[in-house]
Amino acid sequence: QLEQELVEYFRTQVRQDPEVPSAVAAIRTLLEFLKRDQTGETILGLRENLTQTIRRLEEADSSVAVSSGGELFLRFISLTSLEHPDLSQCKKVMVERGELFLKKISLSRSKVAKLCHTFIKDGAKILTHSSSRVVLKVLESAAADKKRFTVYVTESQPDSAGQMADKLQNLNIPVTVVLDAAVGYIMEKVDLVIVGAEGVVESGGIINKIGTYQLAVCSKAHNKPFYVVAESFKFVRLYPLNQQDVPERFKYKADTLKAVEDLAEEHPMIDYTPPSLITLLFTDLGVLTPSAVSDELIKLYL
Amino acid sequence: SSILHIAAVVVSGTSVVVYMYTWCLSSSIHISAVVVSMFSTIICGFLFLLVVKRLPEHVQVDDPAVVKRLAKKLERQQIPLRSDYGYKVSLFSHLHQYSRKAPLTQQLSIPSTVIHPSIVRLGLQYSQGIVAGSNARSVALLHAFKQVIRDYTTPPNEELSRDLVNKLKPYISFLNQCRPLSASMGNAIKYIKKEISNIPSQCKEEEAKTKLLTCIDRYIEEKIVLAAKAISKYAIEKISDGDVILVYGCSSLVNNILCEAFEKSRKFRVIVVDSRPRLEGREALRRLVQRGISCTYVLISALSYILPEVSKVFLGAHALLANGYVMSRVGTSQIALVARTFNVPVLVCCETYKFCEKVQTDSFVSNELDDPDDLMVTRKGKTQLENWQDVSSLGLLNLVYDVTPPDFVDLVITDLGMIPCTSVPVVLRVKNLDQ
Repeated sequence: QLEQELVEYFRTQVRQDPEVPSAVAAIRTLLEFLKRDQTGETILGLRENLTQTIRRLEEADSSVAVSSGGELFLRFISLTSLEHPDLSQCKKVMVERGELFLKKISLSRSKVAKLCHTFIKDGAKILTHSSSRVVLKVLESAAADKKRFTVYVTESQPDSAGQMADKLQNLNIPVTVVLDAAVGYIMEKVDLVIVGAEGVVESGGIINKIGTYQLAVCSKAHNKPFYVVAESFKFVRLYPLNQQDVPERFKYKADTLKAVEDLAEEHPMIDYTPPSLITLLFTDLGVLTPSAVSDELIKLYL
Repeated sequence: SSILHIAAVVVSGTSVVVYMYTWCLSSSIHISAVVVSMFSTIICGFLFLLVVKRLPEHVQVDDPAVVKRLAKKLERQQIPLRSDYGYKVSLFSHLHQYSRKAPLTQQLSIPSTVIHPSIVRLGLQYSQGIVAGSNARSVALLHAFKQVIRDYTTPPNEELSRDLVNKLKPYISFLNQCRPLSASMGNAIKYIKKEISNIPSQCKEEEAKTKLLTCIDRYIEEKIVLAAKAISKYAIEKISDGDVILVYGCSSLVNNILCEAFEKSRKFRVIVVDSRPRLEGREALRRLVQRGISCTYVLISALSYILPEVSKVFLGAHALLANGYVMSRVGTSQIALVARTFNVPVLVCCETYKFCEKVQTDSFVSNELDDPDDLMVTRKGKTQLENWQDVSSLGLLNLVYDVTPPDFVDLVITDLGMIPCTSVPVVLRVKNLDQ
């Protein structure tokens, strides 16, 4: 009942504002839950209810960002000691902290864009993959800085999320859509590759739309820099060793996971790019090398 | 080198005086600025010489001055000096090479008044190879120190916190002579020395002794036993059904992990890789087969033949260095290299008490040379290399450790979690903050 309402709330958030990252929508939902919840008696019970809600939201949208954002939110509000003996006081403190966290991360996309757009030089040719709102923000701020550059976007099947091309045309940036298979062909022409990420793992690698790994391998072979832009709430405590090691619940869309029994028939929607292929990561914590990601994760989670 | 330090101080002092004189004489600010920078660099250079750490003595065996200094120190502590045996390969002539047939205890007088009997026994166990493996050696060392503390009585007019530390110094030199200390033993000794010096002076002797004994017990429990449980918990997540796991030699931690995973009903099989002259893989094989795990046994020369079948490689470590290099049994870096070319993930399992602040980029500078006679093998009544000492151009090299660069290691599993190899300095920094 309350959970159904919350899932609806989450879906409306995403529908109303397509620009909002799914993790932010999830965190707003969790804050709503905190405000509405009447049944919690103890702090431990409250935490358990929050974890339950995160699981429910993961079933609605199986991206890595929802899982990582939810876990970070939980840690942020309950990490320091809550000394008030009265539960409603504690809840108020938690809600305040939650609002603070939300405000911080709502600004993270602009922070990332500010860091990254200086790496785009005048006359650059950029290759990007699929549709990422962070990359869009970066290109927007580079265009606002009066830089001239051209963008190649991959078609990114199976769900051809190449709506990036329309948005870039609206910004008057010359854009070309290329086939996923033409990445190797186009690589010699481009100067740099910028992709977003759905999740950043402990090793410094990323989980992103399928096709990113190929892009990274090609750019390494051509010695082109491969940049990743991601907000810090996408850092997740996974450590995949290879493609098979990524948990199933992230590989497929939420509806597929519920509907289909034998997942071996389904095509995975994400892949894992190891840190050796990534040049730099742009996050709101700063510009990091892949080996520094583990350092930041230890700071965030310990 | 103390003469060097005095000379440095004298020269820097005179340079300051000369600078002041010229500054007073010169009227132009331009000249004095140059003079200031020149002298400040000279002073900084000499100050740097004063604080830089010296190389440890056991890797400078070819320097006669260092050897003489070591002999004097051992004479003062009344510990016999162990002499090197046999011809040393020139690339490793800066390391000690002892023979197992000439243990240090033969030169000790019985009963020895300087060295506690449990330490003598421990030294003998180390030098004969009865206690081997970094965890086993550290635990045996801590138990021997517990016995030493139990038998200790503070002499009159002395404080326990200072006298006990001084008593431990000759024991540590003795153990070093029997077999060079490992990184884990070094960390354990540092911890004990810190605990002893932190004993408040008004504490009564019995109370202090019980406190120290509980400290040591807690160290063993936390850093070794519980750490092994935590590491198994993380490692089991990485073992999936149908895996073929390759292990090298006998690492107590890796064997523990595999046995726990088997108990949690994971379906996997193990390939044990072994190498001469220690043939430690046979011990690992025995332990795993006893639990019922299906194993294959190969020698390291068959590595590239067997690797296409392997899905993961689990390696133990002797120490993890501050630049992310893994120091382990000789042969480990070879396995990591070949596994990398076959794209097989390499996982290293290591407790955090084995992390050390040393930095090494090669296996030459700091290593251990084992008894060269171990390389002689007797087959069908004939012993090859029996008279190797008579051949003047022949040298036998029996290395014990090698270092693996972090690019070959995919994941390090510690009791703090799964970290990439490059994050070892972060863990060291977090540990230092805790202390």
